[in-house]
Amino acid sequence: MSFFIASSPHHHQRRTTQDLMRIVLLAMVPGVLAQFYFFGWGIAFQLTLAIATAILTETLCLIARERPIRQALQDYTAVVTAVLLAVSIPPLAPWWIIVVGTVFSIGVVKHLFGGVGHNVFNPAMAGYVLLLISFPVQMTSWMPAVNLAGAHPGFFDSLALFFTQYTSEGFSLNQVRLVEQSSMLDAVVMATPLDHLKTELARGFTLSEALNHPMFSGIAGMGWQWVNAAYLLGGLFLLQQRVITWHIPAGFLGALGFCAMLGAIIAPDTLPGINLHLFSGAAMLGAFFIATDPVSAATSNRGKLIYAALIGVLIYVIRTWGGYPDAVAFAVLLANLCVPVIDQYTRPRTYGHSTGGSSS
Amino acid sequence: MSDVQEYKELTKNGLWENNPALVQLLGLCPLLAVTGTVTNALGLGLATLLVLVGSNVTVSLVRQWVPNEIRIPVFVIVIATFVTLVELTMNAFTYGLYMALGIFIPLIVTNCAIIGRAEAYASKNPWHKAAYDGFVMGLGFALVLVALGALREVLGQGTLLDGAELLLGQWATSLRIELIQFDYPLLLAVLPPGAFIGMGFLIALKNVIDRYRKEKAAQAPVEKAQRARVTAQ
Repeated sequence: MSFFIASSPHHHQRRTTQDLMRIVLLAMVPGVLAQFYFFGWGIAFQLTLAIATAILTETLCLIARERPIRQALQDYTAVVTAVLLAVSIPPLAPWWIIVVGTVFSIGVVKHLFGGVGHNVFNPAMAGYVLLLISFPVQMTSWMPAVNLAGAHPGFFDSLALFFTQYTSEGFSLNQVRLVEQSSMLDAVVMATPLDHLKTELARGFTLSEALNHPMFSGIAGMGWQWVNAAYLLGGLFLLQQRVITWHIPAGFLGALGFCAMLGAIIAPDTLPGINLHLFSGAAMLGAFFIATDPVSAATSNRGKLIYAALIGVLIYVIRTWGGYPDAVAFAVLLANLCVPVIDQYTRPRTYGHSTGGSSS
Repeated sequence: MSDVQEYKELTKNGLWENNPALVQLLGLCPLLAVTGTVTNALGLGLATLLVLVGSNVTVSLVRQWVPNEIRIPVFVIVIATFVTLVELTMNAFTYGLYMALGIFIPLIVTNCAIIGRAEAYASKNPWHKAAYDGFVMGLGFALVLVALGALREVLGQGTLLDGAELLLGQWATSLRIELIQFDYPLLLAVLPPGAFIGMGFLIALKNVIDRYRKEKAAQAPVEKAQRARVTAQ
Protein backbone atom coordinates (compact mmCIF):
# COMPACT_ATOMS: atom_id res chain seq x y z
CA MET A 1 0.00 0.00 0.00
CA SER A 2 1.13 3.53 -0.51
CA PHE A 3 1.06 6.35 1.99
CA PHE A 4 -0.21 9.77 1.25
CA ILE A 5 2.77 12.10 1.37
CA ALA A 6 1.83 15.66 2.16
CA SER A 7 4.09 18.49 1.27
CA SER A 8 5.31 20.92 3.89
CA PRO A 9 4.39 22.72 6.07
CA HIS A 10 3.56 19.75 8.24
CA HIS A 11 2.78 21.78 11.31
CA HIS A 12 -0.47 23.64 11.01
CA GLN A 13 -1.47 26.65 12.98
CA ARG A 14 -4.49 25.57 14.89
CA ARG A 15 -5.95 29.00 15.25
CA THR A 16 -6.31 32.12 13.20
CA THR A 17 -5.50 35.60 14.41
CA GLN A 18 -9.21 36.14 14.79
CA ASP A 19 -9.56 33.23 17.24
CA LEU A 20 -6.53 34.34 19.24
CA MET A 21 -7.76 37.89 19.55
CA ARG A 22 -11.20 36.67 20.62
CA ILE A 23 -9.64 34.64 23.40
CA VAL A 24 -7.57 37.67 24.46
CA LEU A 25 -10.71 39.78 24.63
CA LEU A 26 -12.46 37.07 26.63
CA ALA A 27 -9.51 36.88 29.01
CA MET A 28 -9.73 40.58 29.67
CA VAL A 29 -13.30 40.35 30.92
CA PRO A 30 -12.45 39.71 34.61
CA GLY A 31 -10.06 42.65 34.72
CA VAL A 32 -12.52 44.96 33.03
CA LEU A 33 -15.27 43.86 35.41
CA ALA A 34 -12.98 44.51 38.38
CA GLN A 35 -12.22 47.98 37.07
CA PHE A 36 -15.92 48.59 36.54
CA TYR A 37 -16.63 47.49 40.10
CA PHE A 38 -13.99 49.70 41.67
CA PHE A 39 -13.96 52.74 39.42
CA GLY A 40 -17.50 53.01 38.14
CA TRP A 41 -19.19 53.56 34.81
CA GLY A 42 -16.34 55.43 33.16
CA ILE A 43 -14.67 52.30 31.87
CA ALA A 44 -17.79 51.34 29.92
CA PHE A 45 -17.83 54.65 28.05
CA GLN A 46 -14.10 54.52 27.43
CA LEU A 47 -14.37 51.03 25.97
CA THR A 48 -17.30 51.89 23.72
CA LEU A 49 -15.74 55.03 22.34
CA ALA A 50 -12.31 53.41 21.97
CA ILE A 51 -13.63 50.45 20.00
CA ALA A 52 -15.77 52.67 17.76
CA THR A 53 -12.85 55.00 17.08
CA ALA A 54 -10.50 52.10 16.45
CA ILE A 55 -12.79 50.47 13.90
CA LEU A 56 -13.40 53.79 12.14
CA THR A 57 -9.68 54.64 12.02
CA GLU A 58 -8.79 51.15 10.86
CA THR A 59 -11.35 51.34 8.06
CA LEU A 60 -10.13 54.74 6.90
CA CYS A 61 -6.49 53.61 6.97
CA LEU A 62 -7.32 50.46 5.02
CA ILE A 63 -9.20 52.48 2.41
CA ALA A 64 -6.28 54.88 2.09
CA ARG A 65 -3.86 51.97 1.75
CA GLU A 66 -6.15 50.14 -0.68
CA ARG A 67 -6.22 46.96 1.37
CA PRO A 68 -9.11 44.51 1.84
CA ILE A 69 -11.24 45.91 4.63
CA ARG A 70 -13.49 43.11 5.79
CA GLN A 71 -10.70 40.64 6.44
CA ALA A 72 -8.60 43.09 8.41
CA LEU A 73 -11.51 44.29 10.49
CA GLN A 74 -12.53 40.77 11.36
CA ASP A 75 -9.21 39.84 12.91
CA TYR A 76 -10.03 41.96 15.99
CA THR A 77 -6.50 43.33 16.38
CA ALA A 78 -7.78 46.90 16.29
CA VAL A 79 -10.36 46.06 18.93
CA VAL A 80 -7.74 44.53 21.21
CA THR A 81 -5.56 47.64 20.85
CA ALA A 82 -8.54 49.84 21.66
CA VAL A 83 -9.47 47.78 24.71
CA LEU A 84 -5.90 47.79 26.04
CA LEU A 85 -5.75 51.55 25.69
CA ALA A 86 -9.19 52.07 27.20
CA VAL A 87 -8.42 50.09 30.36
CA SER A 88 -5.11 51.95 30.81
CA ILE A 89 -6.48 55.46 31.03
CA PRO A 90 -8.41 56.98 33.92
CA PRO A 91 -12.09 55.99 33.67
CA LEU A 92 -13.45 59.52 33.74
CA ALA A 93 -10.89 61.14 31.47
CA PRO A 94 -12.63 63.40 28.93
CA TRP A 95 -13.84 61.70 25.76
CA TRP A 96 -11.36 63.31 23.38
CA ILE A 97 -8.44 61.78 25.28
CA ILE A 98 -9.33 58.26 24.23
CA VAL A 99 -10.16 59.41 20.69
CA VAL A 100 -6.77 61.09 20.23
CA GLY A 101 -4.99 58.08 21.72
CA THR A 102 -6.81 55.51 19.61
CA VAL A 103 -6.39 57.44 16.37
CA PHE A 104 -2.66 57.75 17.04
CA SER A 105 -2.35 54.07 18.01
CA ILE A 106 -4.14 52.72 14.95
CA GLY A 107 -3.31 55.36 12.38
CA VAL A 108 0.29 56.23 13.12
CA VAL A 109 1.80 53.43 15.18
CA LYS A 110 0.08 50.57 13.40
CA HIS A 111 -0.72 51.57 9.83
CA LEU A 112 2.13 53.94 9.05
CA PHE A 113 4.50 51.13 9.97
CA GLY A 114 2.72 48.70 7.69
CA GLY A 115 -0.37 47.43 9.48
CA VAL A 116 -0.95 44.16 11.30
CA GLY A 117 2.27 42.27 11.89
CA HIS A 118 4.58 45.11 10.93
CA ASN A 119 4.33 47.51 13.83
CA VAL A 120 7.63 47.96 15.64
CA PHE A 121 5.96 49.34 18.74
CA ASN A 122 3.02 48.15 20.74
CA PRO A 123 0.26 50.41 19.38
CA ALA A 124 -1.74 50.68 22.60
CA MET A 125 1.28 51.62 24.67
CA ALA A 126 2.57 54.13 22.14
CA GLY A 127 -0.86 55.75 22.21
CA TYR A 128 -0.79 55.72 25.98
CA VAL A 129 2.62 57.39 26.11
CA LEU A 130 1.47 60.06 23.65
CA LEU A 131 -1.45 60.83 25.94
CA LEU A 132 0.57 60.70 29.13
CA ILE A 133 3.21 63.17 28.03
CA SER A 134 0.75 65.42 26.21
CA PHE A 135 -2.03 65.60 28.79
CA PRO A 136 -0.45 64.71 32.15
CA VAL A 137 -3.25 66.23 34.23
CA GLN A 138 -6.10 64.32 32.63
CA MET A 139 -4.07 61.13 32.46
CA THR A 140 -3.36 61.00 36.18
CA SER A 141 -6.83 61.91 37.46
CA TRP A 142 -7.90 58.50 38.71
CA MET A 143 -10.92 58.19 40.93
CA PRO A 144 -10.47 56.68 44.36
CA ALA A 145 -11.43 53.03 44.42
CA VAL A 146 -15.08 52.63 45.27
CA ASN A 147 -15.15 51.12 48.72
CA LEU A 148 -12.76 53.76 49.97
CA ALA A 149 -14.98 56.66 49.23
CA GLY A 150 -18.56 55.59 49.06
CA ALA A 151 -20.56 55.65 45.89
CA HIS A 152 -19.15 56.83 42.60
CA PRO A 153 -21.04 59.16 40.32
CA GLY A 154 -23.92 57.24 38.79
CA PHE A 155 -24.43 56.29 35.17
CA PHE A 156 -25.74 59.64 33.96
CA ASP A 157 -23.35 61.71 36.01
CA SER A 158 -20.47 59.63 34.67
CA LEU A 159 -21.72 60.09 31.14
CA ALA A 160 -21.97 63.83 31.67
CA LEU A 161 -18.47 63.93 33.15
CA PHE A 162 -17.12 61.89 30.28
CA PHE A 163 -18.49 64.17 27.58
CA THR A 164 -18.68 67.61 29.15
CA GLN A 165 -16.36 67.44 32.16
CA TYR A 166 -19.28 68.43 34.41
CA THR A 167 -21.98 66.44 36.15
CA SER A 168 -25.61 67.34 35.65
CA GLU A 169 -25.43 69.38 38.84
CA GLY A 170 -22.44 71.28 37.53
CA PHE A 171 -19.59 69.73 39.48
CA SER A 172 -16.30 69.30 37.66
CA LEU A 173 -14.31 66.09 37.80
CA ASN A 174 -11.95 67.61 40.32
CA GLN A 175 -14.79 68.65 42.58
CA VAL A 176 -16.24 65.15 42.44
CA ARG A 177 -12.86 63.74 43.33
CA LEU A 178 -12.54 66.18 46.21
CA VAL A 179 -15.98 65.28 47.57
CA GLU A 180 -15.03 61.64 47.46
CA GLN A 181 -11.77 62.40 49.19
CA SER A 182 -13.37 64.42 51.95
CA SER A 183 -15.32 61.36 52.92
CA MET A 184 -11.99 59.87 53.86
CA LEU A 185 -10.20 60.88 57.02
CA ASP A 186 -7.09 61.93 55.24
CA ALA A 187 -6.84 65.06 53.16
CA VAL A 188 -3.99 64.02 50.88
CA VAL A 189 -4.49 64.42 47.18
CA MET A 190 -6.09 61.28 45.90
CA ALA A 191 -3.93 59.39 43.52
CA THR A 192 -3.22 55.86 42.52
CA PRO A 193 -1.31 53.93 45.17
CA LEU A 194 1.94 54.12 43.21
CA ASP A 195 1.49 57.83 42.64
CA HIS A 196 0.72 58.46 46.28
CA LEU A 197 3.69 56.43 47.39
CA LYS A 198 6.02 58.33 45.10
CA THR A 199 4.81 61.71 46.36
CA GLU A 200 5.06 60.71 50.00
CA LEU A 201 8.53 59.25 49.61
CA ALA A 202 9.63 62.41 47.82
CA ARG A 203 8.32 64.45 50.72
CA GLY A 204 10.69 62.58 53.00
CA PHE A 205 8.36 60.12 54.66
CA THR A 206 9.50 56.59 55.22
CA LEU A 207 7.79 53.72 53.50
CA SER A 208 5.82 52.63 56.56
CA GLU A 209 4.56 56.16 57.08
CA ALA A 210 3.53 56.42 53.45
CA LEU A 211 1.75 53.09 53.64
CA ASN A 212 -0.17 54.27 56.69
CA HIS A 213 -3.10 55.41 54.58
CA PRO A 214 -6.50 53.78 54.23
CA MET A 215 -5.94 53.05 50.56
CA PHE A 216 -3.15 50.65 51.41
CA SER A 217 -5.30 48.26 53.39
CA GLY A 218 -4.79 44.85 51.90
CA ILE A 219 -1.63 43.77 50.19
CA ALA A 220 -1.08 46.41 47.56
CA GLY A 221 -3.67 49.13 47.70
CA MET A 222 -7.43 49.03 47.86
CA GLY A 223 -9.08 48.23 44.58
CA TRP A 224 -5.89 47.98 42.61
CA GLN A 225 -4.87 44.66 44.06
CA TRP A 226 -8.17 43.13 42.94
CA VAL A 227 -7.92 44.64 39.49
CA ASN A 228 -4.47 43.13 39.19
CA ALA A 229 -5.66 39.81 40.57
CA ALA A 230 -8.43 39.77 37.97
CA TYR A 231 -5.94 40.40 35.18
CA LEU A 232 -3.75 37.64 36.62
CA LEU A 233 -6.74 35.33 36.39
CA GLY A 234 -7.33 36.32 32.78
CA GLY A 235 -3.63 35.84 32.07
CA LEU A 236 -3.64 32.35 33.49
CA PHE A 237 -6.59 31.60 31.22
CA LEU A 238 -4.51 32.79 28.26
CA LEU A 239 -1.68 30.52 29.36
CA GLN A 240 -4.05 27.60 29.74
CA GLN A 241 -5.45 28.26 26.26
CA ARG A 242 -1.86 28.42 24.95
CA VAL A 243 -2.44 31.81 23.42
CA ILE A 244 0.78 32.96 25.11
CA THR A 245 3.72 30.99 26.42
CA TRP A 246 4.96 31.28 29.98
CA HIS A 247 8.20 32.99 29.00
CA ILE A 248 7.11 36.60 28.84
CA PRO A 249 4.94 36.75 32.00
CA ALA A 250 7.55 34.76 33.92
CA GLY A 251 10.44 36.90 32.77
CA PHE A 252 8.49 40.09 33.35
CA LEU A 253 7.16 39.30 36.83
CA GLY A 254 10.34 37.46 37.80
CA ALA A 255 12.61 40.39 36.97
CA LEU A 256 10.28 42.93 38.54
CA GLY A 257 9.85 40.78 41.65
CA PHE A 258 13.57 40.13 41.94
CA CYS A 259 14.39 43.84 41.71
CA ALA A 260 11.67 44.66 44.23
CA MET A 261 13.02 42.02 46.61
CA LEU A 262 16.58 43.33 46.28
CA GLY A 263 15.33 46.85 46.86
CA ALA A 264 13.34 45.85 49.89
CA ILE A 265 16.37 44.11 51.36
CA ILE A 266 18.79 46.97 50.67
CA ALA A 267 16.59 49.89 51.62
CA PRO A 268 13.43 48.68 53.38
CA ASP A 269 12.61 52.20 54.52
CA THR A 270 12.35 53.82 51.13
CA LEU A 271 11.72 51.13 48.52
CA PRO A 272 8.33 49.41 48.38
CA GLY A 273 8.29 45.65 48.49
CA ILE A 274 7.42 42.90 46.10
CA ASN A 275 3.68 42.91 46.81
CA LEU A 276 3.31 46.57 45.90
CA HIS A 277 5.26 46.19 42.71
CA LEU A 278 3.50 43.10 41.45
CA PHE A 279 -0.05 44.02 42.45
CA SER A 280 -0.38 47.69 41.74
CA GLY A 281 -0.41 49.81 38.65
CA ALA A 282 -0.50 47.93 35.41
CA ALA A 283 1.87 45.11 36.41
CA MET A 284 -0.39 42.13 35.69
CA LEU A 285 -2.06 43.75 32.70
CA GLY A 286 1.40 44.45 31.33
CA ALA A 287 2.81 41.02 32.00
CA PHE A 288 0.03 39.00 30.43
CA PHE A 289 -1.66 41.27 27.90
CA ILE A 290 0.66 44.06 26.84
CA ALA A 291 4.18 42.66 26.76
CA THR A 292 2.91 39.47 25.09
CA ASP A 293 1.86 41.27 21.91
CA PRO A 294 3.17 38.74 19.36
CA VAL A 295 4.22 41.36 16.83
CA SER A 296 6.35 43.72 18.87
CA ALA A 297 7.77 41.12 21.29
CA ALA A 298 10.88 39.01 20.72
CA THR A 299 10.46 35.83 18.72
CA SER A 300 12.41 32.91 20.19
CA ASN A 301 11.76 31.61 23.68
CA ARG A 302 15.17 32.71 24.96
CA GLY A 303 14.59 36.08 23.33
CA LYS A 304 11.22 36.38 25.02
CA LEU A 305 12.78 35.78 28.42
CA ILE A 306 15.42 38.45 27.82
CA TYR A 307 12.85 40.86 26.41
CA ALA A 308 10.47 40.37 29.33
CA ALA A 309 13.22 40.60 31.94
CA LEU A 310 14.35 43.85 30.35
CA ILE A 311 10.82 45.21 30.73
CA GLY A 312 10.68 44.10 34.36
CA VAL A 313 13.97 45.77 35.25
CA LEU A 314 13.04 48.94 33.37
CA ILE A 315 9.69 49.15 35.16
CA TYR A 316 11.43 48.90 38.49
CA VAL A 317 14.00 51.52 37.57
CA ILE A 318 11.46 53.99 36.17
CA ARG A 319 9.00 53.47 39.02
CA THR A 320 11.72 53.98 41.60
CA TRP A 321 13.87 56.73 40.11
CA GLY A 322 11.86 58.07 37.20
CA GLY A 323 9.46 60.96 37.01
CA TYR A 324 6.28 58.98 36.42
CA PRO A 325 4.55 56.77 39.00
CA ASP A 326 3.97 53.82 36.69
CA ALA A 327 6.21 52.68 33.93
CA VAL A 328 4.79 49.74 32.02
CA ALA A 329 4.20 51.74 28.85
CA PHE A 330 7.67 53.31 28.77
CA ALA A 331 9.36 50.02 29.61
CA VAL A 332 7.46 48.14 26.91
CA LEU A 333 8.30 50.74 24.26
CA LEU A 334 12.00 50.76 25.20
CA ALA A 335 12.08 46.97 25.09
CA ASN A 336 10.30 47.02 21.71
CA LEU A 337 13.23 49.07 20.46
CA CYS A 338 15.64 46.37 21.61
CA VAL A 339 13.74 43.51 20.00
CA PRO A 340 15.66 43.46 16.68
CA VAL A 341 18.96 43.15 18.56
CA ILE A 342 17.57 40.50 20.91
CA ASP A 343 16.23 38.53 17.96
CA GLN A 344 19.58 38.76 16.21
CA TYR A 345 21.46 37.23 19.11
CA THR A 346 18.91 34.61 20.19
CA ARG A 347 18.38 32.85 16.91
CA PRO A 348 17.69 29.20 17.56
CA ARG A 349 20.24 26.80 16.10
CA THR A 350 19.17 25.37 12.77
CA TYR A 351 19.13 21.58 12.85
CA GLY A 352 22.36 20.28 11.41
CA HIS A 353 24.26 23.54 11.74
CA SER A 354 26.51 24.74 14.52
CA THR A 355 25.68 27.96 16.31
CA GLY A 356 29.00 29.70 15.87
CA GLY A 357 28.93 29.54 12.10
CA SER A 358 29.16 32.45 9.76
CA SER A 359 25.52 31.99 8.78
CA SER A 360 24.43 34.98 10.82
CA MET B 1 25.97 73.78 -19.44
CA SER B 2 25.35 77.46 -19.55
CA ASP B 3 25.54 79.54 -16.42
CA VAL B 4 21.84 80.31 -16.29
CA GLN B 5 21.02 76.65 -16.55
CA GLU B 6 23.46 75.82 -13.82
CA TYR B 7 21.97 78.41 -11.50
CA LYS B 8 18.53 76.99 -12.19
CA GLU B 9 19.84 73.54 -11.40
CA LEU B 10 21.40 74.79 -8.16
CA THR B 11 18.12 76.41 -7.11
CA LYS B 12 16.13 73.29 -7.79
CA ASN B 13 18.63 71.14 -5.90
CA GLY B 14 18.87 73.35 -2.86
CA LEU B 15 15.20 73.99 -2.40
CA TRP B 16 13.75 70.64 -3.35
CA GLU B 17 15.58 67.79 -5.12
CA ASN B 18 18.55 67.68 -2.78
CA ASN B 19 17.21 69.67 0.16
CA PRO B 20 19.72 69.40 3.03
CA ALA B 21 17.02 68.68 5.63
CA LEU B 22 14.40 66.70 3.75
CA VAL B 23 16.57 64.64 1.42
CA GLN B 24 20.14 64.61 2.70
CA LEU B 25 18.87 64.53 6.31
CA LEU B 26 21.87 66.59 7.40
CA GLY B 27 21.95 68.88 10.39
CA LEU B 28 19.11 67.05 12.10
CA CYS B 29 20.34 67.87 15.60
CA PRO B 30 19.61 71.63 15.47
CA LEU B 31 16.68 70.96 13.18
CA LEU B 32 14.95 68.82 15.78
CA ALA B 33 16.11 70.70 18.84
CA VAL B 34 15.17 74.32 18.14
CA THR B 35 12.03 74.07 16.04
CA GLY B 36 9.68 74.48 18.99
CA THR B 37 8.54 77.85 17.66
CA VAL B 38 8.72 79.66 14.31
CA THR B 39 10.88 82.39 15.81
CA ASN B 40 13.55 80.01 17.05
CA ALA B 41 13.47 78.12 13.78
CA LEU B 42 13.77 81.30 11.74
CA GLY B 43 16.64 82.55 13.91
CA LEU B 44 18.64 79.39 13.54
CA GLY B 45 17.74 79.12 9.87
CA LEU B 46 19.05 82.60 9.15
CA ALA B 47 22.22 81.99 11.19
CA THR B 48 22.88 78.79 9.27
CA LEU B 49 22.20 80.54 5.98
CA LEU B 50 24.73 83.28 6.74
CA VAL B 51 27.37 80.79 7.82
CA LEU B 52 26.76 78.64 4.76
CA VAL B 53 27.15 81.51 2.31
CA GLY B 54 30.25 82.84 4.08
CA SER B 55 31.97 79.49 4.35
CA ASN B 56 31.15 78.50 0.78
CA VAL B 57 32.60 81.73 -0.62
CA THR B 58 35.75 81.50 1.50
CA VAL B 59 36.35 77.84 0.81
CA SER B 60 35.86 78.46 -2.88
CA LEU B 61 38.34 81.38 -2.85
CA VAL B 62 41.08 79.44 -1.08
CA ARG B 63 40.47 76.14 -2.85
CA GLN B 64 43.60 76.48 -5.03
CA TRP B 65 45.90 76.80 -2.02
CA VAL B 66 44.48 74.16 0.32
CA PRO B 67 46.26 70.81 0.02
CA ASN B 68 43.88 67.92 -0.24
CA GLU B 69 45.25 66.21 2.87
CA ILE B 70 44.34 68.97 5.28
CA ARG B 71 41.22 70.33 3.63
CA ILE B 72 38.83 69.17 6.36
CA PRO B 73 40.56 71.05 9.21
CA VAL B 74 40.79 74.13 7.01
CA PHE B 75 37.09 73.93 6.19
CA VAL B 76 36.22 73.53 9.85
CA ILE B 77 38.30 76.57 10.82
CA VAL B 78 36.64 78.63 8.11
CA ILE B 79 33.19 77.53 9.24
CA ALA B 80 34.04 78.11 12.89
CA THR B 81 35.14 81.64 12.08
CA PHE B 82 31.83 82.47 10.49
CA VAL B 83 29.91 80.81 13.30
CA THR B 84 31.78 82.97 15.80
CA LEU B 85 30.92 86.05 13.76
CA VAL B 86 27.24 85.13 13.66
CA GLU B 87 27.21 84.19 17.33
CA LEU B 88 28.73 87.48 18.45
CA THR B 89 26.36 89.39 16.17
CA MET B 90 23.34 87.63 17.63
CA ASN B 91 24.68 88.21 21.12
CA ALA B 92 24.87 91.91 20.37
CA PHE B 93 21.63 92.53 18.48
CA THR B 94 19.16 89.72 19.29
CA TYR B 95 20.09 88.86 22.85
CA GLY B 96 16.79 87.18 23.74
CA LEU B 97 17.01 84.84 20.80
CA TYR B 98 20.67 84.25 21.53
CA MET B 99 19.69 83.03 24.99
CA ALA B 100 16.79 80.97 23.63
CA LEU B 101 18.91 79.13 21.07
CA GLY B 102 21.77 78.66 23.54
CA ILE B 103 24.25 75.94 22.66
CA PHE B 104 22.75 75.39 19.21
CA ILE B 105 24.36 78.52 17.75
CA PRO B 106 27.96 77.37 18.39
CA LEU B 107 26.87 73.91 17.31
CA ILE B 108 26.27 75.20 13.79
CA VAL B 109 29.98 74.42 13.34
CA THR B 110 29.16 70.73 13.47
CA ASN B 111 26.22 71.00 11.08
CA CYS B 112 27.07 68.45 8.41
CA ALA B 113 25.08 70.32 5.79
CA ILE B 114 27.67 73.11 5.85
CA ILE B 115 30.83 71.06 5.65
CA GLY B 116 29.02 68.85 3.15
CA ARG B 117 28.52 71.78 0.78
CA ALA B 118 32.09 72.97 1.30
CA GLU B 119 33.40 69.55 0.40
CA ALA B 120 30.99 68.65 -2.38
CA TYR B 121 30.54 71.96 -4.15
CA ALA B 122 32.50 74.98 -2.94
CA SER B 123 35.91 73.31 -3.13
CA LYS B 124 35.38 72.58 -6.82
CA ASN B 125 33.61 75.67 -8.16
CA PRO B 126 34.23 79.41 -8.55
CA TRP B 127 33.16 81.71 -5.75
CA HIS B 128 30.02 83.22 -7.25
CA LYS B 129 28.52 79.83 -7.93
CA ALA B 130 29.56 78.62 -4.48
CA ALA B 131 27.92 81.68 -2.93
CA TYR B 132 24.68 81.00 -4.77
CA ASP B 133 24.81 77.32 -3.84
CA GLY B 134 25.31 78.25 -0.19
CA PHE B 135 22.40 80.66 -0.40
CA VAL B 136 19.86 78.24 -1.85
CA MET B 137 21.00 75.35 0.32
CA GLY B 138 20.74 77.56 3.41
CA LEU B 139 17.37 78.78 2.24
CA GLY B 140 16.14 75.23 1.74
CA PHE B 141 17.31 74.31 5.22
CA ALA B 142 15.74 77.41 6.76
CA LEU B 143 12.42 76.81 5.01
CA VAL B 144 12.20 73.29 6.42
CA LEU B 145 13.08 74.64 9.87
CA VAL B 146 10.32 77.22 9.65
CA ALA B 147 7.79 74.71 8.33
CA LEU B 148 8.53 72.30 11.17
CA GLY B 149 8.56 75.15 13.66
CA ALA B 150 5.16 76.35 12.45
CA LEU B 151 3.72 72.86 12.63
CA ARG B 152 4.92 72.32 16.18
CA GLU B 153 3.99 75.80 17.37
CA VAL B 154 0.44 75.56 16.05
CA LEU B 155 -0.13 72.14 17.58
CA GLY B 156 1.67 72.84 20.82
CA GLN B 157 0.63 76.44 21.55
CA GLY B 158 -1.97 77.36 18.95
CA THR B 159 0.07 80.41 17.94
CA LEU B 160 2.41 81.47 15.16
CA LEU B 161 5.45 83.74 15.47
CA ASP B 162 5.18 83.88 19.25
CA GLY B 163 8.18 85.86 20.52
CA ALA B 164 9.09 87.26 17.11
CA GLU B 165 10.30 90.42 18.86
CA LEU B 166 13.32 88.46 20.07
CA LEU B 167 14.52 88.24 16.49
CA LEU B 168 13.08 91.26 14.73
CA GLY B 169 12.83 93.95 17.38
CA GLN B 170 9.99 95.42 19.36
CA TRP B 171 7.68 96.18 16.43
CA ALA B 172 7.38 92.46 15.71
CA THR B 173 5.31 91.84 18.84
CA SER B 174 2.26 92.47 16.71
CA LEU B 175 3.22 89.65 14.33
CA ARG B 176 2.08 87.11 16.89
CA ILE B 177 -0.94 85.28 15.55
CA GLU B 178 -3.25 83.42 17.87
CA LEU B 179 -4.76 80.70 15.70
CA ILE B 180 -6.42 78.40 18.20
CA GLN B 181 -7.11 78.70 21.91
CA PHE B 182 -6.32 75.32 23.39
CA ASP B 183 -7.57 74.42 26.81
CA TYR B 184 -5.14 71.55 26.71
CA PRO B 185 -2.39 72.02 24.13
CA LEU B 186 -0.78 68.95 22.63
CA LEU B 187 2.39 69.10 24.71
CA LEU B 188 3.92 66.31 22.68
CA ALA B 189 4.37 68.63 19.70
CA VAL B 190 6.63 70.94 21.68
CA LEU B 191 8.61 68.09 23.21
CA PRO B 192 11.43 66.32 21.32
CA PRO B 193 9.33 63.32 20.18
CA GLY B 194 7.03 65.77 18.41
CA ALA B 195 10.00 67.00 16.41
CA PHE B 196 10.82 63.52 15.18
CA ILE B 197 7.21 62.70 14.34
CA GLY B 198 6.67 66.06 12.64
CA MET B 199 9.87 65.66 10.62
CA GLY B 200 8.72 62.22 9.54
CA PHE B 201 5.45 63.67 8.30
CA LEU B 202 7.25 66.46 6.43
CA ILE B 203 9.48 63.96 4.63
CA ALA B 204 6.45 61.82 3.86
CA LEU B 205 4.67 64.86 2.44
CA LYS B 206 7.65 65.61 0.18
CA ASN B 207 7.67 62.03 -1.07
CA VAL B 208 3.95 62.14 -1.78
CA ILE B 209 4.36 65.35 -3.79
CA ASP B 210 7.29 63.87 -5.69
CA ARG B 211 5.33 60.76 -6.56
CA TYR B 212 2.36 62.81 -7.66
CA ARG B 213 4.57 64.92 -9.95
CA LYS B 214 6.27 61.85 -11.34
CA GLU B 215 2.95 60.27 -12.21
CA LYS B 216 1.86 63.48 -13.86
CA ALA B 217 5.11 63.69 -15.80
CA ALA B 218 4.61 60.15 -17.02
CA GLN B 219 1.25 61.12 -18.50
CA ALA B 220 2.41 64.44 -19.90
CA PRO B 221 4.19 63.38 -23.17
CA VAL B 222 0.92 62.22 -24.71
CA GLU B 223 -0.51 65.72 -24.48
CA LYS B 224 2.65 67.20 -25.94
CA ALA B 225 2.50 64.94 -28.97
CA GLN B 226 -1.02 66.10 -29.68
CA ARG B 227 -0.12 69.76 -29.42
CA ALA B 228 2.89 69.42 -31.77
CA ARG B 229 0.97 69.92 -35.00
CA VAL B 230 0.97 73.72 -35.61
CA THR B 231 2.33 74.00 -39.16
CA ALA B 232 -0.96 74.46 -41.04
CA GLN B 233 -0.94 78.25 -41.21
